[in-house]
Amino acid sequence: MSQAKKPLPLWADIILIPIINILMALTVAGIIIYLIGENPFEAMKIMIYGAFGYDEAIGYTLYYATNFIFTGLAVAIAFHAALFNIGGEGQAYIGGLGVAILLLALDQYLPFWVLLPLAILASMIFGALWAAIPAYLQAYRGSHIVITTIMFNFIAANLMVYLLVNVFIVPGSMIPESRTFADNAWLPFMHEMFGWVGINISSSPLNLSFAIAIIVSILIWIFIWHTRWGYAIRAVGFSESAAHYAGISNKKIIMMTMLISGALAGMTGINEIMGVQHKLLLDFVAGYGFTGIAVALMGRNHPVGIILASILFGALYQGGAELTFDMPNISREMVTAIQGLIILFSGALAYMSRPWLEKLFGLFGSINKKIEVG
Amino acid sequence: MEEILTITLSTLAATIRVSTPLILAAMAGIFSERSGVIDISLEGKLLAGAFIAASTAAVTGSPWLALAAAIAATMSLSMLHGFATITHKGNQVVSGVAINIIVSGLTVVLGIAWFHRAGQTPALQNDARFMPIEMPGVELLSNIPILGDVYAKLISGHNILVYMAFLSVFVTYWILFKTRFGLRLRAVGENPSAVDTAGISVAFLRYRAVLIGGILTGIGGTYISIAQNASFIRDMSAGQGYIALAAMIFGKWKPVPAMFACFLFGFLDAISIRLQGVFLPLIGEVPVQLIQATPYILTVVLLAGFAGKAIAPKAIGVPYVKER
Repeated sequence: MSQAKKPLPLWADIILIPIINILMALTVAGIIIYLIGENPFEAMKIMIYGAFGYDEAIGYTLYYATNFIFTGLAVAIAFHAALFNIGGEGQAYIGGLGVAILLLALDQYLPFWVLLPLAILASMIFGALWAAIPAYLQAYRGSHIVITTIMFNFIAANLMVYLLVNVFIVPGSMIPESRTFADNAWLPFMHEMFGWVGINISSSPLNLSFAIAIIVSILIWIFIWHTRWGYAIRAVGFSESAAHYAGISNKKIIMMTMLISGALAGMTGINEIMGVQHKLLLDFVAGYGFTGIAVALMGRNHPVGIILASILFGALYQGGAELTFDMPNISREMVTAIQGLIILFSGALAYMSRPWLEKLFGLFGSINKKIEVG
Repeated sequence: MEEILTITLSTLAATIRVSTPLILAAMAGIFSERSGVIDISLEGKLLAGAFIAASTAAVTGSPWLALAAAIAATMSLSMLHGFATITHKGNQVVSGVAINIIVSGLTVVLGIAWFHRAGQTPALQNDARFMPIEMPGVELLSNIPILGDVYAKLISGHNILVYMAFLSVFVTYWILFKTRFGLRLRAVGENPSAVDTAGISVAFLRYRAVLIGGILTGIGGTYISIAQNASFIRDMSAGQGYIALAAMIFGKWKPVPAMFACFLFGFLDAISIRLQGVFLPLIGEVPVQLIQATPYILTVVLLAGFAGKAIAPKAIGVPYVKER
């Protein structure tokens, strides 16, 4: 073991390893599909066509991706400070509550362009507040944030059932849903916006929030890598004690990171509540918070990676729905399983392939050297 | 008076029934976490155990084969968790989350592929399930007031897995605190390098700990699908693994206190069904959701250090890297 290991070249680290990890996850998924008695390559073809084959499909794929960008960024920024925020699910749920409260209260009085920034602010504040208690307990009382955020997911779920059944329900209705917002509180759909400039595309749930998500990704990139707060976050994540000696207050950084993380998760409510559903309803988060973990792991906590990973997961969600039509033997929960496999391979087993690759590259390196010497 | 006794007894019996899978999963969590491996995947293992047990029972008609198959399935998941976190030193929380998500997807996929019933398994006949067993002497004691009822309704009349769950608490206590293996297991969760220095394999100890957890969650999952219910329904573990995790923390990683935490949470669950729409004097209608959220709220309060301090094993969550 005396032979010094050469570090992998950058491109192998940020492109090759993620691709190997996805391929391993897809291979396992393919084996499962094969065992069920369907052709995995056929299934793959149906999924890719179902996700990208026509403009409506692309619309759905990007609509799902919007949610994943928000929850993925939320998990990623926490990871940068070495915090594991499993609570994206609950924070997104409560963020949606914030959007709904604001729009239900003000949609009769204010025009769209005033409502939009207020709604974004509401989603961020509510999401951040839901992350605030676990953050405080981690920073000041040392309670493990993984456990407290899991608990807060369940508390959020119960709270929302209570609020919808007892407070927001339309009087006389049996369905636990709020009333629909007035038109001026709806985000414009992408097909409407394209229609304004004379381009016709099929209707899909894709709406303005996709653009918001891209802008937020850029802001987060600037924040993490080009501000001193971002530097402090990464310093705390790298070594808490070193950051402490450098004069950074760990407690404040933990609070700040988690509040931003919760705010990002809360913005999922903009896409779902203001963009698509136009009312408050049960379980609209539908696991998007957990998918954010997979997205952040696959995207290596970098906004560019997160956008790409979000589109991949959007394609899985949308393509998976199509798959169920063509192969009734495969249910759309296959996508959930694939998602879990991706978390396993690009998260928990992320370093399984690394020693092999290092050896491989080491081999190439020594061959090159010999050629040079020769 | 008679009525109060009946209601009390049936609520307590319901508490025992609801607590059983929690107790088994909490003991599994204690083994794993005491050895230094965080186990978020209790939930996924309960679900996997429930699915495999119900499927096996539906095909073979034998509850014991179902139990064995479920344990085999959950032990493989434990091996996977160990492979990722002990051998490859992956993040334990990430691995647990992955297992939970894989299982929640795969149980439905396989359920539909195997049985074509929208993810449900066929309803089981009684002889393919674990049925309540009557303990000897119920007749004899039935003439004694109160005690007879308590014996008949509370102590007797459960299925064998319930008694296994109780037994597991004492076995866990005995293994952890009275055997050499238990001493080492606790040591490896506090200070693995000391254990390593003593010439004992950290990895092998931790593997055994998570595998014991696999056995226990397998029993718990079997209980959920073929003892408490008569078939598998998608996502039927419904967060019980997380409640067990909470109970384990609430019991400060100790078997007997964790069991009482399971009782407390099980009791809250049992009365929340009973209290639905009931107006209590002075308080008014208690929201069911509040009672259902209570285990989570209590755990957060405890973790916050406002009601005693819950201190986790010291080396928890840290993969052990041998010094070279």
